[in-house]
Amino acid sequence: MNILGYISTAAIPTIIMVIILSGILNRVKVFDAFLDGAKEGITTVVKLIPTLVGLMVAVGVFRASGALDILVGMLRPLFSLIGVPADILTLAFMRPVSGSASLAIVSDIMDKFGPDSYIGKVACTIMGSTETIFYTLTIYFGAVAIRNIKYTLYAALITDVVGILVAVWIWRIIL
Amino acid sequence: MLNYIWSGMLLIGFVVGIINGRLSHVTSAVLDSSKAAVDLSIALLGVMCLWTGVMEIASRAGLIKTIANLIKPVTNMLYPGVPRDHPAMASIVMNMVANFFGLGNAATPLGLKAMNELQKLNPDKGTATDDMCMFLIINTSSIQLIPATLIALRSAAGSSEPTVIIGAVWVTTVCTTVTGIVVGKIFARGWKKKNGAGRGQTNGGMAK
Repeated sequence: MNILGYISTAAIPTIIMVIILSGILNRVKVFDAFLDGAKEGITTVVKLIPTLVGLMVAVGVFRASGALDILVGMLRPLFSLIGVPADILTLAFMRPVSGSASLAIVSDIMDKFGPDSYIGKVACTIMGSTETIFYTLTIYFGAVAIRNIKYTLYAALITDVVGILVAVWIWRIIL
Repeated sequence: MLNYIWSGMLLIGFVVGIINGRLSHVTSAVLDSSKAAVDLSIALLGVMCLWTGVMEIASRAGLIKTIANLIKPVTNMLYPGVPRDHPAMASIVMNMVANFFGLGNAATPLGLKAMNELQKLNPDKGTATDDMCMFLIINTSSIQLIPATLIALRSAAGSSEPTVIIGAVWVTTVCTTVTGIVVGKIFARGWKKKNGAGRGQTNGGMAK
């Protein structure tokens, strides 16, 4: 348990240190580079605002109306059968479809259960280790006009399910 | 797709809200959530700026190329249909490394370039090659060094230890990537057996 915890704590300082050192060794003007990159970060976040507003309102309405509780209640038996908490099912369904929508859901889950709760950590781990499969496949195969994608979707969905199960189990073992 | 999901969630939410008599909750959810979205974006700004800034240093220092060279032996094994010195291989490797560093803006053009190059090696232009499938399976299993957005999101949510998920994300992501590679290879073999004889017919009447 502590190894994973230590890695998590040490990761960011270590990586920043390595990157800055390699920048200096390669004669990069590190602070100038940092500023240019940071500007790009602002643009990324600002562009995200309209999407987040739209999707967080939808998620908020869906939860406040009680519709989410009904859905979770219906699917709870199915999910508990495979040991997955039903509260992450919306995330599990949304994650392959839309990255910003799942971000809105993760934020909603952390609001309700707390970021350091079991559910909160599982949700973050799923978010960080799976991808927007449908979107990615559409863009990449669409770009070269391929219509027969063979087994790609099945294989990608299998890895997605594996990711969810591992995320659920890893926190059960650690906690 | 999002058009349906978004409007569906809102409409179902409103209807269920009326039936449940929770319309006042729904109304305040509309206002609170739109405010929360902007608060969240502002909370994300700091960490995202920091991280894209650090990553810019990494890319100017040539770290992407260095790591790309390190993982080349592995990628040669993963994409048997791509000649080693073919430009497709370079784009694939660069895309994987850019994704690994969380450089989404750099990763997508590289990935599209990789698909274009792979398409040049494709004898049947309407059907994906096994190398394309493998590339996208690995791409969607997403190995990422630091999930910066998530850490920012956790810290915005008031987490006492926002980075605590990094280790778990690494373990999980390694599991999904290994699964993806294994499943991809197995499917590729199975697909060949099933459709191997009549290769041109896999596309049915659609192709020609």
